[in-house]
This record gives sequence, C-alpha cells and structure tokens, in this order.
Amino acid sequence: MTVGGWRSARVVEAEQATPSARILRLQVPGWPGNDAGQHVDVRLTAEDGYQAVRSYSLGSYGTAETVELAVDEVPDGEVSPYLVRDVLPGDELEVKGPLGGYFVWRPGGQARVQLIAGGSGIVPLMAIVRAVTDAGAAASVRLLYSVRSPEDAIYREELERLTGSGGAELTWRYTREAPEGWTGPVGRLDEHGLEAAAWSPDSEPITYVCGPTGFVEHVADALVGLGHSPARVKTERFGGA
Amino acid sequence: MRAENAASVVDGNAAAGMLWDVFGADVTALIGVCGGCGDASHLAEAVVEIDESAAIVRCRACTHTLFTVLRDGDGVRLVIGVLHEVVRP
Repeated sequence: MTVGGWRSARVVEAEQATPSARILRLQVPGWPGNDAGQHVDVRLTAEDGYQAVRSYSLGSYGTAETVELAVDEVPDGEVSPYLVRDVLPGDELEVKGPLGGYFVWRPGGQARVQLIAGGSGIVPLMAIVRAVTDAGAAASVRLLYSVRSPEDAIYREELERLTGSGGAELTWRYTREAPEGWTGPVGRLDEHGLEAAAWSPDSEPITYVCGPTGFVEHVADALVGLGHSPARVKTERFGGA
Repeated sequence: MRAENAASVVDGNAAAGMLWDVFGADVTALIGVCGGCGDASHLAEAVVEIDESAAIVRCRACTHTLFTVLRDGDGVRLVIGVLHEVVRP
C-alpha cells in the first residue's frame, strides 16, 4: 500500500553485521527498483502516533522487491537503536523511495570509479560494488574503506569475496586497530593513503565519498588538493562532527 | 543518512525525500546557483540542517540559506532564500 509516497515494508531478515550494526532486508510490495547508491526514508510510527523519519542508504540495487539496509547504531538515537537491537522479522515499517539522483552509479560510463567509504558510509558503495560486479565493470573500480577496526567493517566477507581475482580492488584503512600481521599504516586516512590506493587524478576517475560529515570533508578536500577535479568528486554525508 | 540529533547537519542527499514531496521528482541532481556568492553546486552538495519539521538548505561556499523546506501538517512548503537559479546540467 502506498500513501503519500510511503510504502509498507516488512522486515524479512535481520543479520548482525558488526557489534553495532545490523543488515535488514525488507520486503516492499510494489517496489519500483532502485539504482546503486540511492536511499530511502524510513518512517516508524509509535503506538501513540508519534512518527520519526530517518534516511538510510540501500546496499541493494535493481528490481527485486526485497531491499537491504545496513544500520549502524547511533548512541542515544531515536530510530537506529530500535532497528539495530529490537526489530524482528515480521515487523512492519514504512519506506519512501527510491530517493536521490546524484550519488548514484549507472552502467554504461567509461570512466574509472573510485569509491571511498568511512564506517557505515560503505552501504551505498556496497550497492555500487555489487552493480559494477554484475555489469562486468569491476576492473575499473577501486574501493578504499576506512574503519576503526576489522570488526567494525560492515560487509567484510562479501567485499573480500567480490574484490578477489578480477573484481574491484579493495584497500582497507584502519584508523585505530589493525588486524594481526597488518603492515600498512594505521590512522586517519590522509593524502599519502589516498595517493597510494586511489586512482590518480590524471586518470580522471569519478569518485564517490560517503561517510560521516567530518570524514567526507577531509577526504574531499584532500582529493582536490591532490589534483582531482571537484566536479568529479561526489559526496554523501551523514550526521556527526 | 541522518544522525539522530534534534537537528543534524548532513547534506542535500538527505533532503531528497522532503524535496520529493514538494516537486514530485528528485531535484538533488540539479545545480543551484547561490544569489549570495554565485557558487553553482548540485543541491545534493548543499549543507542541510534537518529535523522532523524542516530542512534548512545552505550554500556550502558562503553558508547563506538557499531555501527552507517546512512540513506543515500533511503538506509541505518551500520558502526561497538566496537561491538564484536552478540548472539541469
């Protein structure tokens, strides 16, 4: 049922992804499909009628009526603790979308693609990795994924699998704690890290950066400082410093 | 994606739903030209302060308010600020 753009959605699966994040699969009858990188607004209604709306990126793309969100808990949040801790398969909520026509990837372009995620900013980029893999375009794609520690990486296993031989190239950045045997740098992603792992400015990639506001600002500024055209750097920020 | 402060600072991507309610289409991929400083950027890139009742959309270059989207009961209202031009690239 669709009322004012809101569609009923039923939780069909809830999978713990990290100690603070869950992947939710929602069945949305009549879902028109979505491009990789788009998001939905999710609306919860309490018994007393109080409603809360939040935006969540989709980790899924395509025409299936089951869509996927990955939600990281915001301490003291109003919506995410419910979605991460409490919601169960069979529960109902509402979604509006697909939303967003800017931070999307569609097949057909020739440009190299650089994806840069901070924390749960991986979600729309996961949809893009899945889409480029299915489109046979993964060889032109690199992903740089910054996480505090290995256990904080949403989609770790799938990313390791999809970015194996012939797939997109994956570089991890650990900001606080690296896995045993890690020989790379640990700490905030900086210009050296971007230079080492990202497509160079002269190859004119399209770059997608998603993460907390501070992360995105820092990375976007560093990319422009390295010579990337601001017009080819697409950004999506969520709350936080 | 929106953090859960009373009013959180995100970007124009997160205002896509409210703007959809105004225009019946996605407008975040359009370019907004700021009448304050002349900056021309995708609306998705604008600074957005958003809560349950409003989204304040500001120029990322000069911070002037381009426009505000207000929820008004079941309706929604867009109040133009210094937004000067909208361009489909």
